[in-house]
Amino acid sequence: MTIVYLIIYGFLLTAVLGLIAAWIDRKITARIHYRVGPPFFQPLIDIIKLVGKETLIPKGASRAMFISAPVIGFASVVMVSALLWGSNNNLFSSFLGDIIVVLYLLSIPSISIMLGGFASGNPLARIGSSREMKLLLGYELPFVLAILVPVIKSGFSLKLGEIISFQAQNGAFATYASGILALIVCILCIQAKLGLVPFDCPEAETEIISGPMVEYSGTGLAIFRLMKNMLLFTLPFFLIILFLGGFKFSGITILYSVLKYIAFLLVITVIRNTNPRLRIDQAMKFFWGPTTGIAVIAVVLALLGK
Amino acid sequence: MAKSVIPIGPYHPLQEEPEFFTLTVDGETVVDIDIQIGYNHRGIEKLSERKTFDQSTFVIERICGICSTNHPFAYTRAVEDIIQVEVPERAKYIRTIIAEGERIHSHLLWLGLAGHFLGYNTVYMWVWKLREEILDVMEILSGNRNSYAMFKPGGVRRDINAEDIPLVIKKIDSIIPTLTRLKKAIIDDPVLHARLKGIGILTKQEAIDYCALGPTSRASGVARDVRKDAPYGAYDRVEWDMIVTENGDVFDKVVVRILEMYESIKIVKTCLQNLPDGEIDLNIKDIPPGEGIGAAEAPRGETFHYVRSDGTNRPARHKVRAPTFMNLPTCKTTVIGETVSDATIILAGVDPCYCCTERMAVRSIKGKKLYNGQDLIRLSQEKTETIKKKMGIK
Repeated sequence: MTIVYLIIYGFLLTAVLGLIAAWIDRKITARIHYRVGPPFFQPLIDIIKLVGKETLIPKGASRAMFISAPVIGFASVVMVSALLWGSNNNLFSSFLGDIIVVLYLLSIPSISIMLGGFASGNPLARIGSSREMKLLLGYELPFVLAILVPVIKSGFSLKLGEIISFQAQNGAFATYASGILALIVCILCIQAKLGLVPFDCPEAETEIISGPMVEYSGTGLAIFRLMKNMLLFTLPFFLIILFLGGFKFSGITILYSVLKYIAFLLVITVIRNTNPRLRIDQAMKFFWGPTTGIAVIAVVLALLGK
Repeated sequence: MAKSVIPIGPYHPLQEEPEFFTLTVDGETVVDIDIQIGYNHRGIEKLSERKTFDQSTFVIERICGICSTNHPFAYTRAVEDIIQVEVPERAKYIRTIIAEGERIHSHLLWLGLAGHFLGYNTVYMWVWKLREEILDVMEILSGNRNSYAMFKPGGVRRDINAEDIPLVIKKIDSIIPTLTRLKKAIIDDPVLHARLKGIGILTKQEAIDYCALGPTSRASGVARDVRKDAPYGAYDRVEWDMIVTENGDVFDKVVVRILEMYESIKIVKTCLQNLPDGEIDLNIKDIPPGEGIGAAEAPRGETFHYVRSDGTNRPARHKVRAPTFMNLPTCKTTVIGETVSDATIILAGVDPCYCCTERMAVRSIKGKKLYNGQDLIRLSQEKTETIKKKMGIK
């Protein structure tokens, strides 16, 4: 059963949905730019093309780490997706503390990018990785604080299943003031987790030539790309579970589930197209200052029952 | 963190042209910068000496794809300086129209690229879409979207049709609302303020010391513009303002360029409305021996050409100084002390154009530098002396 979840839900379904999400994101971006945009299968074609390319390993690189970094990141995304699908589809498969496991697993992709960057031995990758590290330190604090809100709201439950069923009975947390504030904080944090503008300083193409990715080619890059595309689905999915009561697949509610996700994707895409890139120190200040402030207010409101 | 070297170039997504900045960084802070160009030397000055005065205009036009009019403008002025003639009034107006149209499209191009360098691709695409309009205008006026081939010593090659003028004015008017919207979106964006204000400051004194030109100097409070200082073309016949700001940071450079576009639109419109009748060309046949200089305010600053004639139909010596040659060294003061993130936009802030600026460096096959810039300057001065002696000029 676990294997089935890992392969079917964790990998296949998430990858397909992630690639579709990537296409939607690219298409909307293109339309905002007055461009035509890529054809539907372009994200998939990109991955397939990259897999067919030669994998070059730079001379000064630490070989094992350089090769395994994408695999580590990818595996964690598959695992976290399987966990989320599991809790969403079968509320009783949820175990105590799975929300903490999800939080940990969600930070591993960033860490894997960092490891890959440092392992490649490229000075640009090193700068990118150190930025990624700073950014990780920046957004994890408000992210965890914001995720405390649904935990508090659901009566201090650390089970995703219970959070979903609580919302099914009492309405989504996003309808409360604390829920809305926490959701806003979370959207900002996943923007950084996804490495999108305005928080794409680790990969800033025009500054450090995609930073940690600069030495990656072929399959390694393909895995990183697929990982990012899957995260584009998984992270909003996590927030939907926490704040909007998860996905439901019966009758007309399918449409509602899809709409919830598309709304998230739209917000992410619009943010990334209406902002310039922040400097890393500005991003840190932003996360540790106003964002953490809002998250703390949300937690206090949640404790007050608002 | 130990000091390390960040290479920007020779191939880098930052700039489309080959250039090489070596940033020595301490963590994220830039502590030293070394600028190297010379990857794209095409020997245009030498080529120009092989062509007739008329043909040279086309070669000169290809020095730079973006300021493709201001190089011929300066060159034709230099040639006219040798003969000591004034071009007909109508030609002056047409030259001004083309030069200002080019300024609008060049500033738009830079604005879009600046957005791209900041990761703001929406600005990049929107500005470039707006730029299409002005390229259409240039196509109506000259037949070409770029590299207009309108100039020749003694006048202009093509006339502007009277029936095109209303359409052109309508098109130019149509870009003003979009430009205003963009101006608001860019100048009032708090995130852009955070990114651009107070970084890469070039003080007034530094701008004077480095002989910075064009928007780079005007953003630092140095009111330096050939169009005002030594008016040429029809610039003294129309009303326009020189945009000068005080802070010298990248944000001010953006502001100067955006506001200059409005002035350019004003100049183009006034010139089109008051286009005088008459000849457009002097039909110059012979160029007497002598030397002449010509300057034109390109979008990036003053372009300066020196032409020497020995009485034949070819220039004996042609010297080009593009504005980036003066502006690029200012990066030495502006970039040091800033972070790597800001370094890129500061480097781009002077609107560098390397293909205009290219200087030669002679290397052996093994990569050892045989002649550097100074040696080459000495060689070129020696050559000028020899030519002078040969021609009997003191």
